[in-house]
Amino acid sequence: MSTDTVSNATSTPDVEQPWAELGLKPDEYQRIRDILDRRPTSCELAMYSVMWSEHCSYKSSKVHLKKFGDIPQETPAGKMLAGIGENAGVIDIGEGYAVTFKVESHNHPSYVEPYQGAATGVGGIVRDILAMGARPVAVMDPLRFGPLDAPDTKRVLPGIVSGVGGYGNSLGLPNIGGEVVFDSTYLGNPLVNALCVGVMRHEDLHLANATGIGNQIILYGAKTGGDGIGGVSVLASETFADGGPTKRPAVQVGDPFMEKLLIECTLELFAARIVEGIQDLGGAGLSCATSELASAGDGGMHVSLDKVPLRDASLAPEEILMSESQERMMAVVTPAGVEEFLKICAKWDVQADVIGEVTDTGLLQIDWHGERVVDVPPRTVAHDGPVYERPIARPAWQDELQADGAEKLPRATTGEELRDTLLKLIASPNLCDKSWVTDQYDRYVLGNSVLAQPEDSGMIRVDETSGLGVAVSTDCNGRFAKLDPYTGAKLALAESYRNVATTGARPAAVTDCLNFGSPEDAGVMWQFSEAIRGLVDGCIELGIPVTGGNVSFYNQTGETPILPTPVVGVLGVIDDVTRRTPIGFTAEMEGHQLYLLGETEEELSGSEWAHVIHGHLGGRPPAVDLAVEAQLADILINASRDGLIDAAHDVSDGGVAQVLVESTLRGGTGARVWAPDGLDPFLFLFAESAGRAVVAVPRTEEVRFTDMCTARRFPHTKIGVVTGESLDVQDQFEVSLTDLRETWTATLPAALG
Amino acid sequence: MKIGVVTFPGSLDDVDARRAAAVAGAEAVALWHGDADLHGVDAVVLPGGFSYGDYLRAGAISRFAPVMDTIIKKAGGGLPVLGICNGFQVLCESHLLPGALIKNHHRKFICKDQALRIENNRTAWTSDYDANHEITIVLKNQDGSYVADEATLDRLEGEGLVVARYLDENPNGSYRDIAGISNERGNVVGLMPHPEHCVETLTGPSTDGLGFFTSVLKAVVAS
Repeated sequence: MSTDTVSNATSTPDVEQPWAELGLKPDEYQRIRDILDRRPTSCELAMYSVMWSEHCSYKSSKVHLKKFGDIPQETPAGKMLAGIGENAGVIDIGEGYAVTFKVESHNHPSYVEPYQGAATGVGGIVRDILAMGARPVAVMDPLRFGPLDAPDTKRVLPGIVSGVGGYGNSLGLPNIGGEVVFDSTYLGNPLVNALCVGVMRHEDLHLANATGIGNQIILYGAKTGGDGIGGVSVLASETFADGGPTKRPAVQVGDPFMEKLLIECTLELFAARIVEGIQDLGGAGLSCATSELASAGDGGMHVSLDKVPLRDASLAPEEILMSESQERMMAVVTPAGVEEFLKICAKWDVQADVIGEVTDTGLLQIDWHGERVVDVPPRTVAHDGPVYERPIARPAWQDELQADGAEKLPRATTGEELRDTLLKLIASPNLCDKSWVTDQYDRYVLGNSVLAQPEDSGMIRVDETSGLGVAVSTDCNGRFAKLDPYTGAKLALAESYRNVATTGARPAAVTDCLNFGSPEDAGVMWQFSEAIRGLVDGCIELGIPVTGGNVSFYNQTGETPILPTPVVGVLGVIDDVTRRTPIGFTAEMEGHQLYLLGETEEELSGSEWAHVIHGHLGGRPPAVDLAVEAQLADILINASRDGLIDAAHDVSDGGVAQVLVESTLRGGTGARVWAPDGLDPFLFLFAESAGRAVVAVPRTEEVRFTDMCTARRFPHTKIGVVTGESLDVQDQFEVSLTDLRETWTATLPAALG
Repeated sequence: MKIGVVTFPGSLDDVDARRAAAVAGAEAVALWHGDADLHGVDAVVLPGGFSYGDYLRAGAISRFAPVMDTIIKKAGGGLPVLGICNGFQVLCESHLLPGALIKNHHRKFICKDQALRIENNRTAWTSDYDANHEITIVLKNQDGSYVADEATLDRLEGEGLVVARYLDENPNGSYRDIAGISNERGNVVGLMPHPEHCVETLTGPSTDGLGFFTSVLKAVVAS
């Protein structure tokens, strides 16, 4: 096949082009022709098609995401040094340190090929963090699957978990948190979200731009192969239909060993101060890296595509531009720095090749064996993609759903019934012990993991001398979001914020991974826009900005979309990690007083209880008051700093009962508790009202602690004492920790082997 | 007193091992796989990780690194060498220790806090432990199942060369619950669990791992 050059395209305007197969709509193809004033070459068509895909261009979400800009861009910890639009957001955490963190989705590839899909999801987010100039220091993975007993879950889950572990463990990054959630809507569309945290000194911040005429463009890392071609347009931007061709060739294949070398090599390049600009190659591969670097820089770049080292010599230039081969980075380097750059790469056995340079043409020009195959204004590829105002409509079923509350369902009343309910709940897939999953992740490597799952948030020590650290949690209750996407998004934010504060860290910034169904469904777009409205309002109220994130649409099987799942990651800062608060009641805490902070309401709709006991989803989610959340956070942070509490656990899925089970089993010491006066024992145990936490207070600090709550007029109720080897709910029932542990830990091993 | 920690391509716990050496009071020295010079260190740690991605077999490629030529030679002269996890695999591949490490019997990576019994406290790396000292340290591996032929296993047990054994449930299928072994002289020790992650209570399940590093300080001073 002869090469489709720019001059060929100009002289053959009427050639039929496969724009539809590449995922472009008729008007989008016409727009490309208008921009270029000719038909695109096949290489240009390839670039536009991947860069204008939903995944890369955010064409359906852009108008909504803009609202995140309304949130003040200061964090309680310090300045935001980079925000939305960069590879990842960066905030100042003091002492000259900055942290960067972001969560991304890799949902569709992980359904097609669970191991590689999940593995390369981890690899991609780690390179994003690396590209900011930071050393990646931790990962976490919010995962969602179909029902635990569904046959396909047994195919998808072990592969995904093994992929997350196999890649992250091989990089030497501790996995410190995340989620494992089951719901029937995720059958056929599991969610694999991957979060990474990185740490750098302020002066190490790097941005993705190609400036300085004459500077050299170096591609380094793995060779380019035929894997993942069109991953973003074919996989991430469409739904799966039965009977279609298998899409496995569009999934990338990862090599974590290569990525580990890439990380160490890149950090050494940063330290040598020879990197002017840098970009990782992820979705849309070279198309993305060249067009984004060029459009963010001085505007011109020339690349000789035939200099790209290939794993498969038969690849056509279009395929090279679209390939999503993993473990590749692109750097902009001054001519004087090239020699040292190549030397450092050689030390790490990393292949590096100069493939182009920054020019003053204002154009992205790519040649293939001396013939021009791309000649475009880079901005039109990277940023001027289509923007859609998709139709939005509140689903007709929403009112009916909200009218069908769970509060009217029959509840356990006797002690015996309450005990049975508790045991059923803690054995249910969403509330049971997740160590079958998390024991496949290395949580210790790098030696700075102060807290890891099942703690409320993961916590990493940043500075060994001062004790400065960061805590991160990710959360989302998709059932709440389905009942009311606005409130559900706020609840996800509130829970994540609370989880960070519970460990003693002050929440500072937000990243989000917005997993939704098809944007072409007006009801889904309503859910999406409501969730964003909730997040924006919530962030403004809490005074923390969104620093970056990701949108994943088309998460549905046939006509059935997933539960709207706006996963929220909150990062907090703690001055001294030795003050952190864990969840467990240990033997040393025998006799500590247990307090429930916050108010418990009759809120059962969307709860785990309604889900497990009644298979019910309806009503309105718990009310959320972010001013209360902020007050609660303040109390938890101060109490941690001043040594007033030795354990704390946020109350969310499963209610206070779940908290008591997790805290007693974690620390190995039991508790005797009672329902506060006037509160129905059932609601005390299982209601899922927001804005609550359970804390263990040493007797010696009880007065100081209650005085602090009283002074702040924050509701605090004594509910029991840490003691013994059982969970004793006074006047109701008692279960030994042995029985609790047996019930809580049996579920996943029994289902998954 | 200098403890050298080798970094191979794909080593992961090298920073942790250097920190543990420092916590124990030694000067930690980073050694590079491509540099045959040991830079005057008094003892060497081969750290955990996935050197060369575990490609071919865990430890099979690292064994040919220039630094290993020197280490193999000096180990013969009594240099204390501790191989942790991937380092243990490298020691077996280098034939400094007998047997091999294969994939866990359950085929999954496992990370947990593991109880062990120190059965040989006469090695350069375990003298600070009491006889039959029970400790809990981090275990994390993919290929952690220790295997050897019956005669070798009998010899290891007969000569007291089993350094540590798993208590409770065998986590990876290791023959005779073996977690670590040493050579006859006691200067070379291979251990599947990770003492370097257990030197401060803030970040590890215990400080039970520190003894490996304090032991070798004494061994070096004594020699």
